[in-house]
Amino acid sequence: MREITYGEAACEAISEEMEKDNRIFYMGEDVGRFGGAYGTTKGLWEMFGDERVKDTPMSEAAIIGFALGAAITGMRPIAEIMFCDLLCLAMDQIVNQVAKIHYMFGGKVKVPLVIRVPFGGLRRAAAQHSQHLEAWFLHTPGLKIVVPSTPYDVKGLLKAAIRENNPVMCFEHILLYQTKGRVPEGEYTVPIGKADVKREGKDITVISYSFMLHRCLSVAEKLYKEGIDVEVIDLRSLYPLDMETVIASVKKTNKVAIVHQASLTGGVGAEVGMRITEAAFDYLDAPVKRICARDVPVPFSPVLEDFVVPTEERIEEEIKKMV
Amino acid sequence: MPKLKKEKLLDMYRKMVRIRKFETRVEELHVQGILPGLKHLYIGEEAVAVGVASCLREDDYIGSTHRGHGHLIAKGGDVKLMMAELYGKKTGYCKGKGGSMHIADINIGILGANGIVAANIPIVGGAALSIKLRGTDQVAVSFFGDGGANEGIFHEGLNLASVWKLPAVFVCENNQYAISTSQSTTCAVAKIADRASSYGMPGFTVDGTDVLSVYEVTSKAVARARKGEGPTLIECRTYRFKGHYAGEGSRELTYRSQEEVEKWQKMCPVKRFKSYLVKEGIFTESFLEDIDHQIGEEIEEAVRFAEGSPYPLPEDALEDLFVEEM
Repeated sequence: MREITYGEAACEAISEEMEKDNRIFYMGEDVGRFGGAYGTTKGLWEMFGDERVKDTPMSEAAIIGFALGAAITGMRPIAEIMFCDLLCLAMDQIVNQVAKIHYMFGGKVKVPLVIRVPFGGLRRAAAQHSQHLEAWFLHTPGLKIVVPSTPYDVKGLLKAAIRENNPVMCFEHILLYQTKGRVPEGEYTVPIGKADVKREGKDITVISYSFMLHRCLSVAEKLYKEGIDVEVIDLRSLYPLDMETVIASVKKTNKVAIVHQASLTGGVGAEVGMRITEAAFDYLDAPVKRICARDVPVPFSPVLEDFVVPTEERIEEEIKKMV
Repeated sequence: MPKLKKEKLLDMYRKMVRIRKFETRVEELHVQGILPGLKHLYIGEEAVAVGVASCLREDDYIGSTHRGHGHLIAKGGDVKLMMAELYGKKTGYCKGKGGSMHIADINIGILGANGIVAANIPIVGGAALSIKLRGTDQVAVSFFGDGGANEGIFHEGLNLASVWKLPAVFVCENNQYAISTSQSTTCAVAKIADRASSYGMPGFTVDGTDVLSVYEVTSKAVARARKGEGPTLIECRTYRFKGHYAGEGSRELTYRSQEEVEKWQKMCPVKRFKSYLVKEGIFTESFLEDIDHQIGEEIEEAVRFAEGSPYPLPEDALEDLFVEEM
């Protein structure tokens, strides 16, 4: 099977869907000729032109609001917010409008809208360009959230998101855009709300998503050689959360750690951990462990950032303490 | 003044009276403790909603505000479904999930009332973008207040609508107070319409108590939008006769005087239009009084419909979070 990058797979998903459905259009900052700050839209403008690949002013609230207005009047927009941190500038439109309109209007208005959000960290970009804010949106009923970690998944999940008649936020890690992976030539989607057991193991379950998943897989390989058999689950979607897959794994391994790049307190790990406790308390041989960024703004200096964000060494050390 | 057909004038009159009587009844029901929650009454501002909406077709869009009942009625909203929604009944526009601040009727272009000040501006902008992309000649109108004109999204929205030359009309209902705070102390220009020049679009200030003046200015803006010439900002100078919310009571006298309220009440838009229609010999006073009576009956029927309707089941709260057809 051919190998393409995460960025290429994402663009392929969008261009294939745009070719099939002329209600789909794309809007965001520097997404036209420039091809997106991280290549999020490379080649799209050349294929579809100004009309369907629209550069916007630096007006994040307007990007989401205009996309929403178009979505409820017959179009199927994809809106990009260049950095996760910049979602803060569009919070009213996302939280009070996009997430609530279908419900608030008694289910009579559909919102087929995809919000693509690159997030970063580990790029020495400091506190305002490194945040992982996905848990805020998990805490907002009315939004679906996907966090693909591979080229295969980003293509399949974006296609599923574009075909949804509900708002979907897709968080994509900037460090993944250049990574390569197998992607079939043919048509496929990845269902929203299905986790993926990336590696089977019997000693402990490690749950992660996006970029941190790869650190977990690398640690799992290393530990296997040392006789520790780690099961690694990629959540892939944060809403809906596939607790069925998670609980089945926990019942098998009896130990679980959750790893994410977002800060610890009030994060996805807190929610997943609590649900495990509610559903499988009797199966746990140890408290649920969270291995997450420390609760400070992301600092600039590499020495500081690498202390704050989970490293492979930290993940390894914490897992070893548990088994 | 624009030359309008008798039927059109009568339709406008009916809508103004319908708004006034609907809101008056809502206030009574509020005072009696029958209606739950927050209501922001449109009494005094009827000429704006009706003057604007009378320039629109059924397939044109409007985005409304927390003070939205008037806009919805003017665009053709069903008072029975509105009243049932205010009661929190299952038969209401939003099955009791929205209430006063969140009524929508997408089939007649009502993109929703909105509880967040100015938040409909980009949504209406997006509807206008959709119109342009779909290649129809519809128009999208955003209503917001003087308070809304000070939100950041006003700037983002008007700028982008103008840059993309979208078929939108931005209607600022300047009722002069953002809750209790006077526009004179919060806005750096005397006329909000003057801000239009920053966005490269025409701006007009109009007497918002005169429905025909509002109609005249808006019809030009709508024609401009339909022709693909871009958006317009219209500031309608108006006044809310009641407090910011139903039940504000005497607190309104902390920020405005009784004399001021009475001065504006003398310019009541409904009375002004009625006396114009009589004075010009278009309709007789007794004919219009019959109309008033009919509409009063219509509102009573809406109340009976709402009262006779069932509440939703408590667990209906868990429905409608997502479209479930995938």
